[in-house]
Amino acid sequence: MKITLKIWRQKNKESKGGFKTYDHSHVSPDMSFLEMLDVLNTELIKKNEEPVHFDHDCREGICGMCSLYINGRPHGPLQTTACQLHMRSFKDGETITIEPWRANAFPVIKDLVVDRTSFERIQQAGGYVSVNTGGVPDANAIPISKKIADEAMDAAACIGCGACVAACKNASAMLFVSAKVSQFALLPQGKPERQERVEKMVAQMDAEGFGACTNTGACEAECPKGISITNIARMNREYFAASISSYEVQTKGGD
Amino acid sequence: MKLDSKIPEGPLAEKWTKHKFNLKLVNPANKRKYDVIVVGTGLAGASAAASLAELGYNVKAFCFQDSPRRAHSIAAQGGVNAAKNYQNDGDSVYRLFYDTIKGGDYRAREGNVYRLAEVSVNIIDQCVAQGVPFAREYGGLLANRSFGGAQVSRTFYARGQTGQQLLLGAYSALNRQIANGKVKMYTRSEMLDVVVVDGKARGIITRDLITGKVDSHSAHIVLLCTGGYSNVFFLSTSAKGCNATAIWRAHKKGAFFGNPCFTQIHPTCIPVSGDHQSKLTLMSESLRNDGRVWVPKKAMPGLKSKDAANIPEADRDYFLERKYPAFGNLVPRDVASRNAKQMCDEGRGVGSGLAVFLDFTDAIKRLGEDNIRAKYGNLFDMYAQITGENPYKGPMMIYPAVHYTMGGLWVDYNLQTTIPGLYALGECNFSDHGANRLGASALMQGLADGYFVIPYTVGDYLATIGWTDKIETDHPAFKEAMDGVNERVNKLLSIKGKKTVDEFHRELGLTMWEYCGMARNEAGLKKAKKIIQDLKAEFWTNVNVIGTSNELNQELEKAGRVADFIELGELMVDDALARSESCGGHFREESQTPEGEALRNDDLFAFASAWEYKGDGQPEVLNKEELKFENVKLTQRSYK
Repeated sequence: MKITLKIWRQKNKESKGGFKTYDHSHVSPDMSFLEMLDVLNTELIKKNEEPVHFDHDCREGICGMCSLYINGRPHGPLQTTACQLHMRSFKDGETITIEPWRANAFPVIKDLVVDRTSFERIQQAGGYVSVNTGGVPDANAIPISKKIADEAMDAAACIGCGACVAACKNASAMLFVSAKVSQFALLPQGKPERQERVEKMVAQMDAEGFGACTNTGACEAECPKGISITNIARMNREYFAASISSYEVQTKGGD
Repeated sequence: MKLDSKIPEGPLAEKWTKHKFNLKLVNPANKRKYDVIVVGTGLAGASAAASLAELGYNVKAFCFQDSPRRAHSIAAQGGVNAAKNYQNDGDSVYRLFYDTIKGGDYRAREGNVYRLAEVSVNIIDQCVAQGVPFAREYGGLLANRSFGGAQVSRTFYARGQTGQQLLLGAYSALNRQIANGKVKMYTRSEMLDVVVVDGKARGIITRDLITGKVDSHSAHIVLLCTGGYSNVFFLSTSAKGCNATAIWRAHKKGAFFGNPCFTQIHPTCIPVSGDHQSKLTLMSESLRNDGRVWVPKKAMPGLKSKDAANIPEADRDYFLERKYPAFGNLVPRDVASRNAKQMCDEGRGVGSGLAVFLDFTDAIKRLGEDNIRAKYGNLFDMYAQITGENPYKGPMMIYPAVHYTMGGLWVDYNLQTTIPGLYALGECNFSDHGANRLGASALMQGLADGYFVIPYTVGDYLATIGWTDKIETDHPAFKEAMDGVNERVNKLLSIKGKKTVDEFHRELGLTMWEYCGMARNEAGLKKAKKIIQDLKAEFWTNVNVIGTSNELNQELEKAGRVADFIELGELMVDDALARSESCGGHFREESQTPEGEALRNDDLFAFASAWEYKGDGQPEVLNKEELKFENVKLTQRSYK
């Protein structure tokens, strides 16, 4: 296969980036998308040119590190991560455009590498159940119906890649935040802190400069793990419930 | 040097309890006077950092990825073992201990393995309390599945994403402590050296991967939780970033390296598709619960999955079921891998010739496609994604691939290396799996070390040295170590040779796979040693690393790691040469039973090797820790 690549090159956070075009003739349909970039980089190094920087790690679709915006879609044409996308999904002779995630809350570090520490700070704001190591009950002392456990697992499957933000015209992080809020709102372990959790995580999300949700559903359509926007609805309910009861909770410890 | 494993005296089942009582404690008010460095934030690192911060210690944690949640523990699929005996099928702490010792082909310490089995039950409780969504039965209680090397169902799981869910649990505990200010987290930071003063670990040198700034950090203790070194083989199931640099730097500063040649080759991986291949993908061992492994009885070169259904039953060889009727397709990984290789060596491989079938036709008939989808859906999807074939319609093709390293830094019962104050947890130590790890035991060990072992054992060391015994970063040793790191970085950038880092890495990998992979022999290993030495010399004169040191430079990161892989590769070969017996995943062709199984030599090799670095270009010295078996009888491992 022969393809033409239009790749976003940007030296660092401060500099202004731009597209650069590369002809790539050593492509096999069995290559993963990232392997195609590996081959390009080897060719660039051989010419003493700087290789294209991109984030990647596990290359099996679970670590959430890869973050390529391919032909106008996060992770490209399939609903999967870029590392699981193979060149057989493209046509011989095609021109492929590769950009970094675009969002104010994800500044570009270099080329296709972006800074997603805003996600970290949202998780730190409340994405946990406050239990210390040790002194917890026997695992089977907390029965959870299979249906609820499965639904919590559906939400917990989020890999934190940020495709939802990149897909959204408002660069909203609602799907990412709601996945964690939902997981804990569904499970009995998360109930004691559910109100503070949703308030803190949403506040942090807003502070990071992510946009608002206007229910376009683009996030769900592009999520490589199929996280449902039902979670956003659940988070909105949680948030509403928290906002009308939190004064009581804060001042009197609830009812 | 005399190696002291510090295994407590007394009956097996009482050792850990007694030891915990005998360990010194740090008074709660004094804990905040101690600083702890944790390198790596996978299961072992995140759980240790969170647990120590909860106790009150000041923790600095480091990872090279952009978030602790990216650590490669995330990719573990199948599950985590625990001796809960929720299934009432005869499990117990002793049985998990016994299965693990036997699975490891009697090359692990009894004391460590028993402790691992003992705390396994606490892990499940802890994870459930954190909100890890384990699979459940309709009644609301936890579900289990079976795994290789065991005849009970003791594996807890969260679909095919158990590692992800356990890591996110540990990550959430870590985040809570970051928010509390008890953990300072450094992401996109790589440890490039450990600082040792007067024989004690005092801190580390790191490089900020975005700015390139080299920095020093001091602490009372340093915990390395940096995972395994499978990427020595270039192609492995590890993430691309997984590396041995932290443990190799520590080794060169005096930490002995235990059993470096003990490598696990996992039987069920997706076969290599071409020269461009950058990594291999594992299909969870849990698939062997329902999938049947077979090849045609007579060689049928190029046989494709879509034509498999045309082969009549009589012409198929379900070789694992035939040779090991008691365990069938669920024999341990080393046995399954070796048998697949043997079939392909006989010319009976399918596809490219380096593959065997993993067939779900019977299971789909018995349980229905929907049931199989519910159990393994994400794995089937992943297979279809990578190969472009539909595994519901024809059998999967699989072949063994490097997956895990049982070897690692030598540690005593307290998980302390031979450098006081330096600890190694999880896959980067050598301690619990002997010569072969059983499925679903890596997650168990990482979390056991981080949640339930290290919080006790570090207290003893810290209480002994006292909080005033700390050296700050203005000490000349820190400057010296920083100078060394800078010098090495500049050297890598100045060579400007003709070959890329990846080209060197691939060459190393091919050599290791050929001569130090699934089968090893003396002549091959000697040849490999020479190739690796030449490769090292060529690397330092002919590598081309583009860019500068004061920016994000992924080639520079890789170059440093590959330089260390080359040196570690040579040590792996040395260890494989020195151990002329076969055991577990280490198969020396010279030492096999008439049936072709691994033949141990307990008279000569019932020890853990602990290699001591003696300086650049000097041969390493082999120290031996004798393994004493007081509870299990050493037998020829049999899964028939």
